[in-house]
Amino acid sequence: MLKIENLHAQIEDKSILKGLNLEVKAGEIHAIMGPNGAGKSTLASVIAGKEEYEVTSGLIELNGEDINELAPEERAHAGVFLSFQYPVEIPGVTVTNFVKTSINESRKAQGLEDMPAKEMLQKIREKSELLEIDRKFLSRSLNEGFSGGEKKRNEIFQMAMLEPKLAILDETDSGLDIDALRIVANGVNKLKSKDNAVIVITHYQRLLNYITPDFVHVLHDGKIVKTGDASLALELEAKGYDWIKEEVNS
Amino acid sequence: MSKYTEDDLREELKTKEYEYGFYTDIESEKFPNGVNEDIVRAISKKKNEPEWMTEWRLEAFRVWLKMEEPEWANVHYKKPSFQDISYYSAPKKKPKLNSLDEVDPEMLATFEKLGISLLEQKRLANVAIDIVMDSVSVATTFKETLAEKGIIFMPISEAIQEHPELVKKYIGSVVPTTDNFYAALNSAVFSDGSFCYIPKGVRCPMELSTYFRINESGTGQFERTLVVADKGSYVSYLEGCTAPQRDENQLHAAVVELIALDDAEIKYSTVQNWFPGDAEGKGGVFNFVTKRGICENNAKISWTQVETGSAVTWKYPSCILKGNNSVGEFYSIAVTNNYQQADTGTKMIHLGKNTKSTIISKGISAGKSQNSYRGLVQIGSRAENARNFSQCDSLLMGNECGAHTFPYIETKNKSAQIEHEATTSKIGEDQLFYCNQRGIDTEKAIALIVNGFSKEVLNKLPMEFAVEAQKLLEISLEGSVG
Repeated sequence: MLKIENLHAQIEDKSILKGLNLEVKAGEIHAIMGPNGAGKSTLASVIAGKEEYEVTSGLIELNGEDINELAPEERAHAGVFLSFQYPVEIPGVTVTNFVKTSINESRKAQGLEDMPAKEMLQKIREKSELLEIDRKFLSRSLNEGFSGGEKKRNEIFQMAMLEPKLAILDETDSGLDIDALRIVANGVNKLKSKDNAVIVITHYQRLLNYITPDFVHVLHDGKIVKTGDASLALELEAKGYDWIKEEVNS
Repeated sequence: MSKYTEDDLREELKTKEYEYGFYTDIESEKFPNGVNEDIVRAISKKKNEPEWMTEWRLEAFRVWLKMEEPEWANVHYKKPSFQDISYYSAPKKKPKLNSLDEVDPEMLATFEKLGISLLEQKRLANVAIDIVMDSVSVATTFKETLAEKGIIFMPISEAIQEHPELVKKYIGSVVPTTDNFYAALNSAVFSDGSFCYIPKGVRCPMELSTYFRINESGTGQFERTLVVADKGSYVSYLEGCTAPQRDENQLHAAVVELIALDDAEIKYSTVQNWFPGDAEGKGGVFNFVTKRGICENNAKISWTQVETGSAVTWKYPSCILKGNNSVGEFYSIAVTNNYQQADTGTKMIHLGKNTKSTIISKGISAGKSQNSYRGLVQIGSRAENARNFSQCDSLLMGNECGAHTFPYIETKNKSAQIEHEATTSKIGEDQLFYCNQRGIDTEKAIALIVNGFSKEVLNKLPMEFAVEAQKLLEISLEGSVG
């Protein structure tokens, strides 16, 4: 699904990713953990194609295609979804209208007609139930006046509607209370299939109690320095990140 | 000496015309450049107007001569030379085209984007329409329906002939000839416009639109509109057109007067899309418009405008809330791009008790344009319990444009409640990236954000108009980011 080789990326001449390697196969869940400033959010932005970040060398492939030159919307059409750490507000644009536009733009890119209204409605009903979202919520302006938990739940709702091949959840657990965390995790688990893949970026292992990763990677100073299974997350929770740094430096 | 007859008078007048020289070519479509009393008289004569109308025009002209062009607006342009303009030309005859293939392809592309029907495209581009259902027959059916209800809707030049008592009573009653420089000039030289009268208690069954008679009137550069809603009546009036309007006239100075008698309601919607000048700021129409309405007891006037065109816009649709419990509303979207300048807003004059006004203004600036909101809320000493709510939001695109807000509040009554809210925001990189990540390209994302920003005002437009206006916003801002 996703193949990243020796990726170097910088923002305003500050180099952040320094030779990162990662391979994610369909049906897998990968967790990327690491201390603040390790480059976790940069990795998410670079995969999604945010322009401020410059890829200086290395390779990003999605299903065998080099996506490095693609615009962010083209990557989205190819099936990349990013659940934002800080979702933006768009006043006057309802959640429903936004999701509808989003789905239909992707369909247009694939040469398909707009999704019929009936089908759209059906899908909205189904996915909002899955994520225990009140229908009234869908007619509010996108993220305007949303609580932290509502914003994150809205991100996962969009993911459910768009059915991406590769979903990257950037600190989706931050700002969530325990109930919201359970609902979001439950949603992700139900959407998971053998055909898609999920990258969970997180600072804490809390979310991983609900979403069990197949692989846990530790990102430090722009590189993945350690990879393990779910137990590595627990180890990090207990011991912190310092021992990793020491291991790397020795 | 024999008796001086009417025929003699006519004869004498004829010779007099020759004396002035500019009547020699009576068939000519256009008067010589410049304006003086004779030109004003000649316009009036050409229209076959009664003497009171001629006098009214002359009075306006004399007032105008003593006035100076206003300079307080936040716009900068080279002032037109008023003696270099021809003040009368007969309804313009655009060259008739045989098929759409002969129409400017750029114009056709815009029609396409606006979703204008093929038939409508032909009408707008002046292509001969040979289908039975042409605009003329539509207009005829339309007139019959209105006549049944006693509604008068006709060019103001015809109304002066057919309903002089109504025109005489109301013209200049809301915008007096002395009101301002452009209104005075308009009063002196207006070529044509629309007149509308809704009888007592009648609810006009359809949106009245200048669209239906745009061909017969040939909307001139000095347009005059007068709408009178008698007691307890209702009318929704649409002005303008979303299709781009190119015009060789650089100066447009229209006057619109609305009169809402007791318990009446007038809803007046405008979409203005005059040629804004090119991307370098060359050309473009100067639009200096005076629009004002008066509300008697329990009456309501609602102005809704979408302003996307013109190089310079100077326009303040206003309400005089004279009657008790009367209501004034102003909903506006003004878009400026490239080198456009707009100074627009409203005046809400509260005179009666329990009067209420609402102002929602949305300014969108892109390119190197300047967009100003200027509004006055005035509460008179006898206006007990007057209320106003104003909201002025500005949206900026890029770093070279400007948004300005000039709210004026004057109150002479302590019971008044006045609220003013203002916001300024910028379409951020973060918003665009968020949309991009959801598969929405930048152009579409801007349209989405702009429409969201303008929604409160777009919602006030009649349905079909709103859809076209929404597309028009997208087109006006094309290529403004990135």
